[in-house]
Order: sequence, then C-alpha cells, then structure tokens
Amino acid sequence: MRTAVVVFPGSNCDRDVRRAVSETLKTPVDMVWHEEREFASEPDLVILPGGFSYGDYLRSGAMAAHSPIIGAVRRHAAAGRRLLGICNGFQVLTESGLLPGALLANTSTTFICRKCWLRVEQTENRFTSGLKKGGIVQYPIAHHEGLYFLPPKELRQLEDDGRVVFRYADPVSGEAGERFAPNGALNGIAGICNEEGNVLGLMPHPERSTVAHLNGGSDGGAFWLSIARDFAERGA
Amino acid sequence: MGFREVGLSESEYKRITELLGREPNALELELVGVMWSEHCSYKSTRPLLRTYPSKGRYVLQGQGENAGVVDMGEGWGFAFKVESHNHPSAVAPFQGAATGVGGIIRDIIAMGARPSVSMDGLFFGDANLCKTRNLAKGIVEGIGAYGNAVGVPVVGGKTFYSPAYNDNPLVNAFSAGFVRLDKMASSQTAKPGDCAVLLGSKTGRDGIAGASFASRELDEDARASKPQIQIGDPFEEKLLIECCLELLDKNMIASMQDMGAAGILSSSSEIAHKSGCGIDIFVEKIPLREADMLSWEIFLSESQERMLLIVEKEKLAPVFATAKHYGLDCAAVGEMTEGKRYRVYRNGALEADLPTSILGSAPELSWPAEEPKDMPERRAIDLSTLASEDPAKELTTMLSCPNGRRKDAIWEQYDSMVQLHTIAGPGEPAAVVEVPKTRRACVLTMEAEPYKCWTDPYCGAAETMTLALRGLWLTGADTLGMTNCLNFASPEQPDKFYELKECVRGLADSCRALDCPVVSGNVSLYNETASGRIYPTPLIVAAGLVIDREKITRSGRTKDGDYIYTVGKIEGSLSSSRYQSRKSGKPLGKTVEPDFEAEKNFRERAIKTARAQAADSGRVIAGGGLATALANEAIASGIGMEITLAPEKSVESLLFSEGGARAIYAVAPEKAAEFERIWQGFPLTKAGRAGGRGFAWKDILNVPLSELEKAFSGEE
Repeated sequence: MRTAVVVFPGSNCDRDVRRAVSETLKTPVDMVWHEEREFASEPDLVILPGGFSYGDYLRSGAMAAHSPIIGAVRRHAAAGRRLLGICNGFQVLTESGLLPGALLANTSTTFICRKCWLRVEQTENRFTSGLKKGGIVQYPIAHHEGLYFLPPKELRQLEDDGRVVFRYADPVSGEAGERFAPNGALNGIAGICNEEGNVLGLMPHPERSTVAHLNGGSDGGAFWLSIARDFAERGA
Repeated sequence: MGFREVGLSESEYKRITELLGREPNALELELVGVMWSEHCSYKSTRPLLRTYPSKGRYVLQGQGENAGVVDMGEGWGFAFKVESHNHPSAVAPFQGAATGVGGIIRDIIAMGARPSVSMDGLFFGDANLCKTRNLAKGIVEGIGAYGNAVGVPVVGGKTFYSPAYNDNPLVNAFSAGFVRLDKMASSQTAKPGDCAVLLGSKTGRDGIAGASFASRELDEDARASKPQIQIGDPFEEKLLIECCLELLDKNMIASMQDMGAAGILSSSSEIAHKSGCGIDIFVEKIPLREADMLSWEIFLSESQERMLLIVEKEKLAPVFATAKHYGLDCAAVGEMTEGKRYRVYRNGALEADLPTSILGSAPELSWPAEEPKDMPERRAIDLSTLASEDPAKELTTMLSCPNGRRKDAIWEQYDSMVQLHTIAGPGEPAAVVEVPKTRRACVLTMEAEPYKCWTDPYCGAAETMTLALRGLWLTGADTLGMTNCLNFASPEQPDKFYELKECVRGLADSCRALDCPVVSGNVSLYNETASGRIYPTPLIVAAGLVIDREKITRSGRTKDGDYIYTVGKIEGSLSSSRYQSRKSGKPLGKTVEPDFEAEKNFRERAIKTARAQAADSGRVIAGGGLATALANEAIASGIGMEITLAPEKSVESLLFSEGGARAIYAVAPEKAAEFERIWQGFPLTKAGRAGGRGFAWKDILNVPLSELEKAFSGEE
C-alpha cells in the first residue's frame, strides 16, 4: 500500500502522519506539495493532515479546498480509492464538498488539546473494517473548530445512512453522544464517511496515539493496521 | 534630535563622539541609541552575567549566540533559550504573548534547529481580579494561537499568581529545538563578498523602537505605546521555519540571525561584528509595507517573521527559488565587506557610516547596590501565627489555591502533542521529550520562587536553581545546562539592584557548585509601574539528558501496596512558603540556606534510582511542601495513602515547609531493599504505604481522595 500525504502551507501534522504510517505499516509514504496537480506515485491512500492550511484564513480549510492539488484529490476519491482527512484535513473535506457538513468553533470558543475517547459506530467502510464495532478507542483531539454541524434533515439522513464512523464517548460506560463531545459536535459526531465508504474525515488524531511511549496513548496503531488489512483484502 | 531623546546619557554621547572622532548625524545617533539601550546592550547586567559558569561537558555553544546548544549524543544538538515579552504582553496581551512565542522560535531557527518544544512562564496578578482574568485570557490565547499554528508543542511551564504582578504580568517564553550537529547555523560565519538577504515579512512601521520601550517603566497610560507593539503571523513563521530548514539542509546559508529587538539594525550589525567584517546596506532594496518609511524607522522596525540570511553570491538564485516555493518575500539588501564599517546607503547616498564595533560596545554601567532597608521586616516572621487548627482544610486549600491547583484550563489550550515526541507533557513535574530517532530523551524543568527571592534574593535564587535541577535528577537525567530569564525592577535604585545582584550570585554559585553551565538567557528590567513593582523573579529552565527513555522515574505511577519514602530532611522551612504566604497575606521570613553537598548526594542517588528503576514513582517536594507533594502524587496515581510520619517542629512544618534536597518515592516492597541501599548515606524515612481511596496521616488528618481531587480541580 502506497500512501501520499498532502502538504499545504501551514500543515503541521504531515510529518507526524508519515511517521505513524511508516512505523506501523512499514510501507512507503510520499509527501506531496499542494502546488502539484497530480500524484506522481499513484497512491492507494491519500491523507490530508492536520494543521492550519493557509493559516486557516477565511475559514479553516476553505482556502486549501481550492488548492492546485485538490483536483487530483477529487479524482483519487472518485476512482474509489481511500482518502482520509484528519482534523484540518477533515475541514478541507467538508469545505471541498467531499464530505457533508461543516466544522464550527468549539462551544468553549477555545482551542482544546486533550485525550479523547470515541465509540466505533461503523465498520462497513474502507478504514475501520478491522476495528470492533461498538468498541472504544482513544485518539487525542487538538482543534479550535471541531463542532460538527449539519442541518437537522441532512443530519438525520447521515445517521440513517449509517455514515457516522466515530462518536465521542465515555470510556467507562461506553455511552456515546453529544454530551461527551468536548467541542459540542451535533450527535457527538467525531468522524464520518461518504456513501461509498472510501472517504473518511475525523477531528481526532489517530497518529497521536500510535507511538506507544508518547503521551497520546496507543490505540491509533490498530487504525492504520485496519486500513492496511482492508487494502490487502479488497485492494485499492 | 538630541541624545536624550534616543535614551542616551551625556557621558554615553561623549563616548560616541570619541569613538567616531566626530559628531554622529541624526540617523547614526538613532542607531547607536537603540543598540546602546538596556534591552539590546545588557549594559547594566553584563558584569553580573559574566559570573555565570559557561563551560560544561555537554556545551557546544554557550552565551553569545541566538541560543545555547548542548550535545545530546548520536549526532544531535539541542538549542534552547528563554526570553521575556513582559512589557508588550502588559499592553496588548494577545499580540504581546503571541509575538513572544514567535520571537523565541526564530532564535531556535537561527541555530539551524527545528523548533521542537515550547514552555511558558506566566506570572499573573491576583487571580480574583477581573483585570488579571482578562490579561491571562489574552496571554494564554495569544500563546496558543501562535504556537498551535506553528506546530510547536507546549510541553510544560509555570503559572504563578500574586498581586505583585497585577499591573506588570510576566510572560517568559522558552523554546528549544533539535539540530543535526553538521547542520548547525551560526551568526559568526559571514565572509566579505557574501550577500545579506532578508527573508520573510516586509518591513513595516509596527514595533518601531520596541527595544527602548522595554527599557523603561510602563507608563500609566500604556495604551499610548500601542504602535510599539508588534503583530504576529504564525502562518508566515511556519513557512519561514520550513524554508530556513530546507536552505540549511542544502547548505545554502553561510550565516544567519533572527530579527528581534531593533530589527534589521541589530541583526545586521551583530552578524558583521561577530563575523569580524563590515556590511553595506542599501535601504531602497528593503521590501517595505509603506513606501514613505524613513531610514531610522526601517532599521528599528520590529516587524515579525523576518530572518537575515548571509548567502554566498553564487547561491542567491537557488535561495530565491526556495523562498518563492514557500511564497516568502526575499531580497538581497546588502553585502558583507572587508572593512569593519557599518554603512547605510539610500539611493546612492551614504546615510550612516559607523565602525561595527561601536554598535556592540555600549559602556557597561555599574549601579550601586544596597540591601533594601525593609529587609529585616521582610525576614521577620512569627511562627505562632502559622498554627493550623484544621490540617485537612489547610491541605485542600494548598491544592485549590490559584498557585496549587491543576492548570489544565490553561494548558489544554495549547497543542502539547504535535510533532510526535512528547513523552511527558504539561501537568507533569518534568517535561520529557524524545530525541529524534534515538532511545534518548531530553528532560526539562521550569522553576521560579518569587516569594523566596523577595525575602532573601541569594538563598531564594539558589533554591530556585537547585529545585529545577532536582527535578531533572529525579527523572534520572544528567545536567546539560540551564537558560534563565531575569525579571527585575529598575536597576537604577540601589535596593532594587541589590536584589538582582544577589539573585545572580545565588544562581551562579549554585550552577558552579552543581556543574550546570548557563548557555543562554535574557534580562528584563524596569518591571514596575506607578502602583508597584514585581518580586525579584529569576526564572530557570534546566535541561537534562537521559540515555534510555525506559529508565526514567516518572510521577503519578504509585501502585497499590507501594511503600512511600521521603528522602532528605523531613522538614524544610515555612518561611516564604506557599502556606506561610497565604496565611500571612505576604511572603515573610528567610528560606533555607543552600547545601550543595546535600544536593550532590541527592543527585547521585536520584539518578541511580532511576537507572536501576528501583522506584515506581517519584516527586520532588516543592511548593506546598511534603503534604502537597504526597497529595499530588496520590491524585495523579489515583490511589490513596496512609502516612505515619510524626512532626519534628510542628504539624504545619511537617506538612507544608519547603526548601532543600527532598523528594518522595513510591517503591514496590520487593524493591525496597535495593532502594534503601541506593539511598544509604542520605536521610531516608519510610513514611507510609499506598493503597485505598483515602488520604490519611496518622494523628493529623484523614480525607477521601475524591475530596483532594475536587480541590485540585478547583471545584471546591
């Protein structure tokens, strides 16, 4: 499996994602600058990393959604290949219309960085098929705009379609929902996928709980392994 | 323009005419005036700073560069420095703090290092005042907004509240970075014929003469100073980091310097002076935000996110190409020359012509020092007023008071995990960071003891220094060195200068006795307003090296059934402690005298303990004393304790006294014999046992752990 990490000016989790993927999967990771118009390496997985693309000017992710590389990102997704947006990358996906909804400012109106527990709601996609449905995982968050928002009717549809992949949860009781969302996300939504299941966006950072001796925990490794297993079983 | 308007004294002006052999013109006077300001020249403190030990087995680059660099082994260097941004943060909290972070990060880039970690020392006024809350909110948001966007994790820090900082908060920003030794950059390696290149933001009118602003007391109406505040742009800074690191990696840069105080003037004159050459600068080539800027404004502008690169002529083209790739402005604005002259040309006309040496040779000032007349009152203490009727209540107060409680409301606003190398982050007594691609780790501690420095500057500073070092040693780290930020009042009054002098003596003596070189630092004077002055506040960041990250003694890892030990004297001093200061409403009494032999004995055994992994958990006894350390450990570990220690002097002294080489350890019973053997020859007491859900102290107190947790979380 070949991975490409898109680097926008202002991205700051690009190197972290590269480390998490390459240390866990021992597979090649290419860094692709936003001014490119094609992926030279035909990646199986494209990752839009966290950070502050274009300084988050205008709105988080809004300018990156119009970056030169985005055409190639759209074609990659349209071909049914895996596209993953983490944090700012998720914001880029909603701003570019590849995923529905918007990420609004946290209800606290402050940046929040802390460990965060999520319930895996759905394993029918190309990323989480190797995780346990209903299981609790810990991926840290670090964002100022992480309140997932969608108008009521569309939100119902999203839920009915089973496209919520991660929901903020209580690690002890296993309950999930809005009251466990540190940012006020509607229905406690932390991550969603598209109808085909090949585009996933989430606010928490699985790469931050990948290197076990660091302070972000160790649940993220299974996420990368799940993607690799899905790729091995189903191909690109 | 007269010399007084640029902040020079008559004798300084006379010295300038002697050095020049003529009267300076108006521009020259402006330039020298700023470079001879306290902020740029350290003229009041240079004689003191010379007393610091600067050499050590790990030191690669000591004071005199943009930041100090120590050797981490396996080809890695670690550049680190702390710097104040007090005055700007008092006037414009958000921007002042944000640009403080930006400025110190550029110091790290200038060493060729990737900025890897930050810490912040924050000193706020009375926590109950609206004004304090507003200032603190702006400062914390400013630090977060800048550091989070640039992607440098905050791994620790110190927050201290006292009315002494009501009108004059302190913001001390620490940054550090890892650098491959063969990629280290320097500001001393420019050669005649090289080009001076400005990279980053255009030069504007923001922050003009910020250096002289910082060399005065704060005006009552500080708002009039707004034009002297700089505006930060972390997006530009992030691009600047990536661009500079790429250029260094490709060996495109001969020498570099960040632009801080006194902008282009100070960076270009320092690089010429330190490299032993001259420089010609062509003003019309400098990219400007406003076309009509005067030469002196351009030279003194403190516009943020700019670096000065010295580039060999044949490498200019690739440097420009790389800058364009990152969307950064880049312009060749000058040339290094043979003669040691600092020359400014504008459209062909020579506007200033100074010897480069003059800009860096402000005459030193030796202010008189005299012990403050009220020192006997500061030291007078009546211990009987400190008696406690309800020790349990006193303990929960120690945990819930602004200086004792958990600071997650602050540090959760900072990204503490980006860059994937934080092993121990905010909320832990020592920060631990992975050295890239190795099993090594860097340990950092930040300490300040304003109460103790107020009542005894020498002993207070020594206690600050040793406390920071004990924190390193406890984890198992070897001392690499320290950086310090000296926050003081005006040096011009003998009693205030005495505090500074004595504090530096305390730091220097401690560093010399305990093999801790001083590799970098910063001095911030005139921290006073019409309504008062700050406590003497030397802030220390100590750095240490661990060869194997698996052999670190961490905190908050006490296990059920562990023995609890205290090492060192059971009791310290209540004088100028957190307990005493709260009880009396102000710090009173002299703290403990330094005992360097005890510190060395502690060092040896603490490091051995970590390497042998003889303890499950450990914690240095600091603010709030033994009881607070034990309670913090119990809370962090989520496990109760039963303590059986009896008081020597008094219950208050047992529970809350501070100072001296003391720590607590949690040791598994099967390791107890080994642990006791390691600590032979040093005071060691078995204090109790971990277990249960209560925090009980025989004959003194018994509190449910949940109560302590509530107090510590500020829910009380």
